[in-house]
Amino acid sequence: MSDQPQFTVKIDQNKYLPEGGREVHAIVSVESAGGVAAAAPAAQAAEVIIIDTSGSMTYPDTKLRAAIAAAQTAVDTLRDGVMFAVVSGSNSAKMVFPQQAALVPANERNRAAAKAALKRLTAQGGTAIGSWLRLADQLFDPYQAGVRHAILLTDGKNQHESPEELQAVLARCAGRFVCDCRGVGTDWEVAELRKVANALLGTVDIVADPADLVADFRAMTQAAMGKAVADVALRVWTPQTARLKFVKQVMPNVQDLSAMRAETAPQAGDYPLGAWGAESRDYQICVEVPPGEVGKELRAAWVKLVVPGGPGQEAQVLATGNVLAQWTDDEALSTKINARVAHYTGQSELADVIQEGLAARRDGDLDTATARLGRAVKLADEAGNEAVTAALRKVVDVLDPATGTVRLKANVEKADEMSLDTTSTKTVRTRKDETVRTRRSEV
Amino acid sequence: MNGNGNGDMNGEGNDTAVEANESAANGPAAGDGAGGAGEANAGGTGARREQGAVKPAELACPQCGVVVYPGEAFCENCGRQLIAGRPGSGAPRPSGRTRCVGCGEAAVDGEGYCEHCGMKQPADRDHLEVELVTPGGPVAGVSDRGKRYARNEDAFAIAPHTTGVAAVVCDGVGSSPRPETASRAAADTAAAEIATALGAGAAPGDAVRAAVRKAAEAVAGLADSPEASPSCTFVAAVTGPDGVTVGWVGDSRAYWLSESDTSPSAALRDTGELDSSQVTADLKGDPNATTPDAETLPLGPSRRLTDDDSWAAFMVASGALTEAEAEAHPNAHVITAWMGADAGEVRPHVRGFVPDRPGTLLVCSDGLWNYFPGAGDLAAVLRNAQADPAADPTGAARILVRHALDAGGRDNITVAVLPMAAAPRTEQDR
Repeated sequence: MSDQPQFTVKIDQNKYLPEGGREVHAIVSVESAGGVAAAAPAAQAAEVIIIDTSGSMTYPDTKLRAAIAAAQTAVDTLRDGVMFAVVSGSNSAKMVFPQQAALVPANERNRAAAKAALKRLTAQGGTAIGSWLRLADQLFDPYQAGVRHAILLTDGKNQHESPEELQAVLARCAGRFVCDCRGVGTDWEVAELRKVANALLGTVDIVADPADLVADFRAMTQAAMGKAVADVALRVWTPQTARLKFVKQVMPNVQDLSAMRAETAPQAGDYPLGAWGAESRDYQICVEVPPGEVGKELRAAWVKLVVPGGPGQEAQVLATGNVLAQWTDDEALSTKINARVAHYTGQSELADVIQEGLAARRDGDLDTATARLGRAVKLADEAGNEAVTAALRKVVDVLDPATGTVRLKANVEKADEMSLDTTSTKTVRTRKDETVRTRRSEV
Repeated sequence: MNGNGNGDMNGEGNDTAVEANESAANGPAAGDGAGGAGEANAGGTGARREQGAVKPAELACPQCGVVVYPGEAFCENCGRQLIAGRPGSGAPRPSGRTRCVGCGEAAVDGEGYCEHCGMKQPADRDHLEVELVTPGGPVAGVSDRGKRYARNEDAFAIAPHTTGVAAVVCDGVGSSPRPETASRAAADTAAAEIATALGAGAAPGDAVRAAVRKAAEAVAGLADSPEASPSCTFVAAVTGPDGVTVGWVGDSRAYWLSESDTSPSAALRDTGELDSSQVTADLKGDPNATTPDAETLPLGPSRRLTDDDSWAAFMVASGALTEAEAEAHPNAHVITAWMGADAGEVRPHVRGFVPDRPGTLLVCSDGLWNYFPGAGDLAAVLRNAQADPAADPTGAARILVRHALDAGGRDNITVAVLPMAAAPRTEQDR
């Protein structure tokens, strides 16, 4: 058995378009199985843990204590031999362990030393997330061939550098490592941290109760240790005359990848997917094609899962799939909407209306907030997204989920509002998919 | 849209164009002196055959060069398919790389999609193109599913023989079960039989009749019961030093398009199509006569060579309706003769012709002629597209199919294009 997982690509769509139809939607399901984690993955791995040590972390002091405990758990979860470091962040970034700006291999002695160094952490100063990421990038630099993962914990807004500075760092770091972001407490900004997580292909979440940090850090580190392929990309070819409207990840969470396209060949571009373990993710793509004659079939997109080679190297193709378009004058065919396309289209909209609804609520535009969050209740109900439904019910009183009739709650905990925001992009599969999820097929 | 494809086709056809033009160049000279060449036919087939200055060359496999017998489906030496027209294993165009039928780029990948415009290349019978080199130059067949039908129920087969080529086009009858199996069986059986019979020395008319008999048997054999019998139409055209022989059952057609009508320089020329009733009158005595080869007709200006076995043709012939009225009638496409287990004895019409000038023999299903019923209409399509059937028969066939698709493509479309130099020996007979 090879160490590389077996990848499969599956396309769900209704290829039939009416006469004059132009827009082709498809769900691309990417799944990997085998070759991972059971034994130690062969892939080299590097991990950087970034802990916010701005002054606010001591208000209350439980935040810093919990962050230290969580980081210590993460260190314990590292596999032997994984290259790692711990960084503390305030107005600038400092090495916690090791002292020099470099990664060291995880072993008993280094883990103990790292945990001891964490224990000595104190909090003071401001928040400049970009500077923290810059140091992480420097640490990861020699390890670009392996899996590269960072955990970033913060409790505040990015106040001590400009948004432009942060943006520049994100542009620099994109594709260089994956970063999962966590906000502790309620003084940080979901939109800001989401931007960081999206740019670095990671997740964003709120850990409202510092006591939950330990479990969360353990889970993130375990997931990172399960990655077997460092850099995977979705290579999408489209016809000369077509336009790729968007490429989004829609499972496990909604994330628009369109802006991350890297041109790789005439008519083809790569969308980075980060590192992969034994897991499955779904993507939605939308292509606009010139209308064709009835009966004509087109390959509207040719999707390849690739490991892009270095400069001058051939990309390794792991799996491929065709997104098709065929024009028909049979309305029974062209009006059918693929169930998975509909499902994920609904959940993308769900994320949008929640974020719009919360923004309107913050701005005092209660009518818009009520309308958007009402729509969200309806969509979440249709999709069977219980996590989002539960989060919504802490912000609105639901009068009728089927029509999306809601009333804004008068008093909403800040943490509940932020939870709804971070949950908004988390998607579920269609119910009937449940059996599909466990199916494993060879390429 | 067509422009691309055409230009490419012409480019590819250059090799064969040289040969074809050389023989065509002799044509007009012979034709000029043959203003009334028709009468020269009195000598009959036998006489011309004895006079034939050149002994027909043996037929050779185009791939390995080994001598093959006319009518053999495959070369015994290398396995190359000799009768073209079967989907899948059909002989590819000799000029090589697969070009996208949509954008013309040579970018079709292994899965059958164009890597430039994405278009799925028509599979197997959906869109089939073959071109093969015969003793008289390249000939081609193109068949397309059209826009409205889920499958292509037309079939064609092209078989070279020692002195020419036989092309058969069959159109599955839509109201019968598995019509695509009927057309396939009829075309394959007949093409092989014609080439075999000619190779054994049969006269073309007899070869066509024998082929119809065998094809009809093959089609009848497909039926589970007389009530469920796959059926098809049939038209065959055979070229050779004796001229052209056509035979048909149903409403698939053969046309003669004189080169002067298809060449761009002939713009606005009156095609002078013969009144078909006049031709029918010539053969009225017994359309299924056993010796029509002796009654070969001169072939000058463009004209239709067949008369449909159809309700519409019957009504026109009997004077009940005008051609336009008949075409517009719901019964227009009801055929009065076909091949199938429920057809009884199949008696083909067979006619012989001797061209007095270069031109192109067109064999087609109604998917084409529905839109371009007159020989003049068909010639105009080729002329306006600046097609050169002699140099690039595939290009010419594509243009015709393309125009039928653009006109609506409501039926399957099949056309075989067989360019001919003028029959040179008619003069010597004189």
